Amino acid sequence: MQNEQLPVGSTSPWWMAALALIALAAWAAAGAVLWHERAESQPANPFLKIATVLQHPRCLNCHPRGDNPLQGSYNHPHLMKIARGADDKGAVAARCYACHRDENNDVSGVPGAPHWQLAPVSMSWQGLTPGELCAVLKNPQKNGNRSLTDLVKHMDEDKLVQWGWAPGKDIDGKAREPVPIPHAEFVSLLKEWVSLGGACP
Amino acid sequence: MLTKRMLKKAILPIDATASRRQFLKGSAAAAGALVVATTIDFGDKPAHALTVQDPPQPNAFIKIAPDNTVTVLIKHLDMGQGNTTGLTTIVAEELDADWSQMRSEFAPSNPLLYNNLLMGPIQGTGGSTAIANSWEQLRRAGAAARMMLIAAAADSWGVAEKEITIAKGVITHARSGKSATFGEFAAKAAKVMPPVIVEPKDPKDWVHIGKRVPRLDSVGKTTGATVYSMDIKRPGMLTAMVEHSPRFGGKVKSFDASAAKAVAGVVDVFQIPQGVAVLAKDTWSAMKGRAALRVEWDDSAAEQRSTDAIFAEYRKLAATPGLPAARRGDAEAALKSAAKVVEGEFAFPYLAHAPMEPLNAVIEVKDDGSVEVWAGAQFQTVETATIAWVLGVLPTKVKLNTLWAGGSFGRRATPNADYIGELAEIAKTSKAKAPIHLVWSREDDLKGGRYRPMFVHSVRAGLDAEGKIVGWQQRLVGQSFIFGSPFEMMIVKNGIDETAVEGAADLPYAIPNFAVDWHHVKSPVTTLWWRSVGHTHTAQAAEVMIDQLAHEAGKDPLAFRLDLLKEHPRHTAVLKLAAEKASYGESQPKGRGRGIAVHESFNTVVAMVADVTVGADGGFKVDKIVAAVDCGVAVNPDVIRAQVEGGAGYGLGAALRNQITLSNGLVEQANFDGYQPLRISDMPEVEVHIVPSMQAPSGIGEPGVPPVAPAVTNAIFNATGKRLYSLPWQLETLRGV
Amino acid sequence: MFRVKSFSFEYAMPQDKDSAMPTLSINNRPFDLDVDPAMPLLWAIRDHAGLTGTKYGCGAALCGACTVHLDGEPVRACQIQVRDAIGRKVTTIEGVEGKVAAAVQGAWQSLDVVQCGYCQSGQIMTAIGLLSQNPKPTDADINNAMDAIVCRCATYVRIRAAIHEAAKNLG
Repeated sequence: MQNEQLPVGSTSPWWMAALALIALAAWAAAGAVLWHERAESQPANPFLKIATVLQHPRCLNCHPRGDNPLQGSYNHPHLMKIARGADDKGAVAARCYACHRDENNDVSGVPGAPHWQLAPVSMSWQGLTPGELCAVLKNPQKNGNRSLTDLVKHMDEDKLVQWGWAPGKDIDGKAREPVPIPHAEFVSLLKEWVSLGGACP
Repeated sequence: MLTKRMLKKAILPIDATASRRQFLKGSAAAAGALVVATTIDFGDKPAHALTVQDPPQPNAFIKIAPDNTVTVLIKHLDMGQGNTTGLTTIVAEELDADWSQMRSEFAPSNPLLYNNLLMGPIQGTGGSTAIANSWEQLRRAGAAARMMLIAAAADSWGVAEKEITIAKGVITHARSGKSATFGEFAAKAAKVMPPVIVEPKDPKDWVHIGKRVPRLDSVGKTTGATVYSMDIKRPGMLTAMVEHSPRFGGKVKSFDASAAKAVAGVVDVFQIPQGVAVLAKDTWSAMKGRAALRVEWDDSAAEQRSTDAIFAEYRKLAATPGLPAARRGDAEAALKSAAKVVEGEFAFPYLAHAPMEPLNAVIEVKDDGSVEVWAGAQFQTVETATIAWVLGVLPTKVKLNTLWAGGSFGRRATPNADYIGELAEIAKTSKAKAPIHLVWSREDDLKGGRYRPMFVHSVRAGLDAEGKIVGWQQRLVGQSFIFGSPFEMMIVKNGIDETAVEGAADLPYAIPNFAVDWHHVKSPVTTLWWRSVGHTHTAQAAEVMIDQLAHEAGKDPLAFRLDLLKEHPRHTAVLKLAAEKASYGESQPKGRGRGIAVHESFNTVVAMVADVTVGADGGFKVDKIVAAVDCGVAVNPDVIRAQVEGGAGYGLGAALRNQITLSNGLVEQANFDGYQPLRISDMPEVEVHIVPSMQAPSGIGEPGVPPVAPAVTNAIFNATGKRLYSLPWQLETLRGV
Repeated sequence: MFRVKSFSFEYAMPQDKDSAMPTLSINNRPFDLDVDPAMPLLWAIRDHAGLTGTKYGCGAALCGACTVHLDGEPVRACQIQVRDAIGRKVTTIEGVEGKVAAAVQGAWQSLDVVQCGYCQSGQIMTAIGLLSQNPKPTDADINNAMDAIVCRCATYVRIRAAIHEAAKNLG
């Protein structure tokens, strides 16, 4: 359903301005409930598309609810009951980097990227609606004290985030499904979302 | 894997006087003496494969060195079951040796000296027979060696033999105050003629047997020093990997080796009957080379079905009568007149053994045409013969070195020496005259067949108005791996493969009208014995049905069993012991369940009480298993406990989530992601209690496996009221209960 | 198969990661290995350094039989490439030492944990890693660390007991 929204990338200046006005109004006055009502008839919040990336298995597997990472395309619990550990990088003697190195291992199918780890508990995304996800993402107390601009930079440049677009091959030698939107488009959606004030759907 | 009938024939109770004071004549196999050299001269080998009636063979089994070490030659493969320690214990006991001086080494391949006395002229390990078949043989060899040491000491000291005692490895003549170590008399004892009359010790004098002695393999296996065949390095050795047909029964149509040969380190690529072999300078190059290989397969004779389709066919067959495996009374009529008929259908998947050490072996064809092989060899006689046959040499030209094996669970015991035969084919075809190490990957192992066969059981049983079982009809459908093998003559009776119906045809419960049928089905998918063989499925069918019948009869599952097992004192004893130790009968809190099961295999009876906790999401955890076992004399109780702990874990892992499935003939599991092994967080607490016994030792490597799945299945029923039949457990059916 | 240049016990020299013949420090000994820098460390250790206590079980980080220490931390040697290990200290079961290692191996021996033994190098290297950082592990800590190491003989009851025993003996 979220995928059926208007293509936000094809905006024109007047459309953009109108959206910005509406967003500002909503931001200032109404809050989420009002926004939801207006969204019925208004162009979509870019965050709805952003959410399809963030809630793709490639991302969600390391943003689980609880203390165990997930695996695969169906978000099943990580084999071997791998645990988060005190620093989100695995339990003592079962660290993420014991198996996950700086790059994908396409021979064994073990994925890899720099600082392979779980997102902190505060960044648990599993099971959230796009609106809830957005609120969590923006909350500096939960997102590692990042501003919206910091968030864009993080999601643009971080090597582990970037892995979602180049997830390598799985153990059967089949290419893993990447996140659904090309990286450049994802970043421009983020920028657009921020430019609109980072409103949550 | 041997039948109970075969075992019973060969096992003598300890107190049988016949074994105590026999005057034994026969071959002069033992002419000579205690071996003090490091190798055995087979110049005086016996004219026939040894039997339990032959004179003691101290020479073949015991080496006493001047440094006072006593080395026992182990004719069996030790794949973790601890027989090395047990067999050495038997000799230490009869010698009155000190445990610290005991050593072991694997015996050479020799079907006349080192044959398994329960397999005839075959050196081999299986059917949980290592201790059982060696018991009298090693007791008598040890007793003979002891007499030879005493004779040597008596002669040197000029005293009477009967005045000499041995304790803790010290030979003593109390009156003269003389004493010596074994080492001091090793050379002299070697010149003594071995006695033919020996009298093993009275059990009341045992100092090692029945007590824990430390395993001989613990230090090597905790320091990385133990050498498995995977670890063998020979000068110039090449590594071979073989691309096998992805479908069972497929043949090579053509292959393109150009990309494989372009991989650095790849030496050669060639076809053998088993597939296409890639020969390389090391393992990694061989793996990369094989990955680059392109093979086209001819699947015209291959298995193309999916396991779902095979199961559907088995289910259809199970509705029709098969070959009669057991008949008593008239089961059909009894079911017709029964007050209540209870039915159960059980499906069991293909299972891979998946030993930790993937299959591998090393071969070296020497300039003089002789051949040396290193392997975790389990059927040495079959393997030696296969190597000789493939390479066109006499078996006497083949030296097969048995090494510690990283698990087997039956996988290495193949009637045609499969992977070792494959290695011989590679050596035969290879132009490179170098030692070759054949290595199977984990994927080769899981996709490579020799599975526990798929089975379907259809069981109908009837109760009368008083809740007594009046009739039992069971139909089994499954493949046989015995037909066409060297074991066919021993194991197939009246068209029935006993390994397919063991544990079903000989159901111990007192049921007046009883019929068991087997449908012999065929497939190119290769199958094999898998730790506890037929009992892997028959115990589940039997013990789950009995539990269901007890429930339908409104009786306690333990009392119901005991009532039907009055003629089986060993079953009764283990059930009572397990129940007592588990405080059976205490009520369980909500969400917890308790189940019981008993099963005899390999002449050993094991009962288990399982406790489970079932979560609201349908997940469950096996909290504890309390086992009671009667395996005759407990040579090393701690090794027995270890085997039952491990057997419970092995059976539980398979029942939880293991199955090999085919999709259009292609195996869907490749590694430990698709075939998920039991892990430490899945492992329940296990308590093992041993019934004191003075019967000769029976099997222990396998009997811990069969009762675990039914005990847990029954515990799940106890907790949820939901009766699971098939394995692995279909946990989704528990959701929301 | 391999050459040992010298027996310096403090060897750990950083070097060009793509050099044709990588030098690795394994058990405090330098090994010049004539191997592809992309070769998994497992095969370099086993086939080229000749240290066979580290085992191959799956090649895909699913069984843990190949566990070695990289700078003191348990890692799967089948997933580390030779070039990742250059300039770092690799320790295998043959070279592991210290009081934690002695306590773990001692407990393993006194409880006779092993059956076939093939996985036990990986079990022991992981247990040493666990106890080095967590001297009093709970059952949950043990599960978290040891669940990645498969034992097909299912010696798990004793593995758990031996870890507790080693912790006790370490005081």
